[in-house]
Amino acid sequence: MTPELLSALYIFVLAMFLGFAVITKVPPLLHTPLMSGSNAISGVTVLAALLVTGSQQGPLQTILGVIAVALAMTNVVGGYLVTDRMLQMFKKKPGEK
Amino acid sequence: MTAREIFIALAYMIAAACFVVGLIWLQTPKRARAGNILSALGMLLAVIATLLAKEIVDYSMIVLGIVIGTAAGAWMARTVPMTGMPQMVGLLNGFGGAASALIAAAEYFHYAAGKGPALDLTIAILLTMLIGAVTFSGSMIAAGKLQGVVNERAVTYPFQQPINLILALTILATGAYLVIDFAHPWVFGYFIVASLVLGVLFTIPIGGADMPVIICLLNSFSGLAAAMAGFVVKNNALIISGSLVGASGIILTQIMCWAMNRSIGNVLFSAFGATVTAGAGGKSAAGKTVKPIQADEAAILLAYAQLVIIVPGYGMAVSQAQHAVRQLADELGKRSVAVKYAIHPVAGRMPGHMNVLLAEANVPYDQLYDMDQINDEFQRADVAIVLGANDVVNPAARYDKSSPIYGMPILNTDHAKNIIVMKRSMNPGFAGIENELFYHDKTRMLFGDAKESLTKLINEVKSV
Repeated sequence: MTPELLSALYIFVLAMFLGFAVITKVPPLLHTPLMSGSNAISGVTVLAALLVTGSQQGPLQTILGVIAVALAMTNVVGGYLVTDRMLQMFKKKPGEK
Repeated sequence: MTAREIFIALAYMIAAACFVVGLIWLQTPKRARAGNILSALGMLLAVIATLLAKEIVDYSMIVLGIVIGTAAGAWMARTVPMTGMPQMVGLLNGFGGAASALIAAAEYFHYAAGKGPALDLTIAILLTMLIGAVTFSGSMIAAGKLQGVVNERAVTYPFQQPINLILALTILATGAYLVIDFAHPWVFGYFIVASLVLGVLFTIPIGGADMPVIICLLNSFSGLAAAMAGFVVKNNALIISGSLVGASGIILTQIMCWAMNRSIGNVLFSAFGATVTAGAGGKSAAGKTVKPIQADEAAILLAYAQLVIIVPGYGMAVSQAQHAVRQLADELGKRSVAVKYAIHPVAGRMPGHMNVLLAEANVPYDQLYDMDQINDEFQRADVAIVLGANDVVNPAARYDKSSPIYGMPILNTDHAKNIIVMKRSMNPGFAGIENELFYHDKTRMLFGDAKESLTKLINEVKSV
């Protein structure tokens, strides 16, 4: 096991706990925006897709990569925009901006 | 480290911080929107930083992918109706999973051409492929069920569990084979196909009412797939964000299971609601009759009430009745009737589904109450309106040990002084269980399409 892998595992485990701590406090009222918003975050895989696509490893990698970029970008853009659309609607008083 | 590498690393760190703070701000409705925007800015920063990486030498294909993805995402986000939100989230989960799986495939073929990667990298590639593929195919089935293009009931067939087990074992075996001897594209091909099939087989036995659980679980998987992809390309931003989402999905899954008093294993493997088991709830409906009510009579009950509690369910989403509900509440408000909404955690097809629909109809969110906040108030309510909800108001859950929903926490609708159930017909709900609330002395049934019935009610209330 390399030190690099070990520190990556540390980050993985600690981030999971951080996620548990933060998400438990989100009220049920906002659970749908939480899902679509965190869904957009999971589109972060687009970073890996960008690296694979742009690094010219070979035609197959580029094709797989560009599809991955398109799908992950749909995930990111669609997720954030639809979350914003939903959150705009949550108002305390009718007609409040 | 070069200056460029340092900049990229710091940008990733700031992006991760934005994601965390964005999620923290989601804890209150006031700051939630700002939190989402912050999270999006973090993502933008991470993408820009990645584009500066020295590994990237060609931008033409990247631009193509980004343009297509951005256009598709923006179009979907703009056009999806609020009632279609569960499908949308399901679909996007699937896309994220597919992207991670494609990265795993690209990396596999990259290394298979050479002398094969180190052990940890092999395992990371296989795990990314497995989780990504299961997320993709499972999400497509889930979205199809929610959209109604795939049979929404639990699909069962003989030897279901043994077949799934054998499939899982072959995945494990091919995975182990590839760990020992990496460069066998056909074995990897089987690994991909079997993972995709596993995703399908594990989603089709899930019935409509259990969809909230499976959508949460797939959400978690899409995050875990991204985290695993982070191990493949050695990128901490992916690991952090992916595990945040993974944790979020796991918690929501757990909350949904608690709200039904069932274990995750029971939800996944019991094919709940596969058949309509009318009368299976012990004391069956045989010999009992329901008492119908007409809109004019219901309007009088409502107009002279002091407190009315509305219990929305999936039926409200199906008939798009959220705006009509708000109009009824407005009319009642003019007559100084207090109106509250009681929302069960598993009402609808995803967590918080009802809240979003009512928010769309401009219902102020301080009128929306969770089960624990409102259950004691039902006894003070003059009228409870059940609008397309079913199992979450079935009193059999409290005492009938033979009922499939025994032990599930329910809304105390039967404690209200009068109960009006708005329902299209007497068909049982998705769990396929008779609801004895409908036969209660205090209950009156208002049959018909929810939206039409509400429109009639609104007119009658106006003229009382």
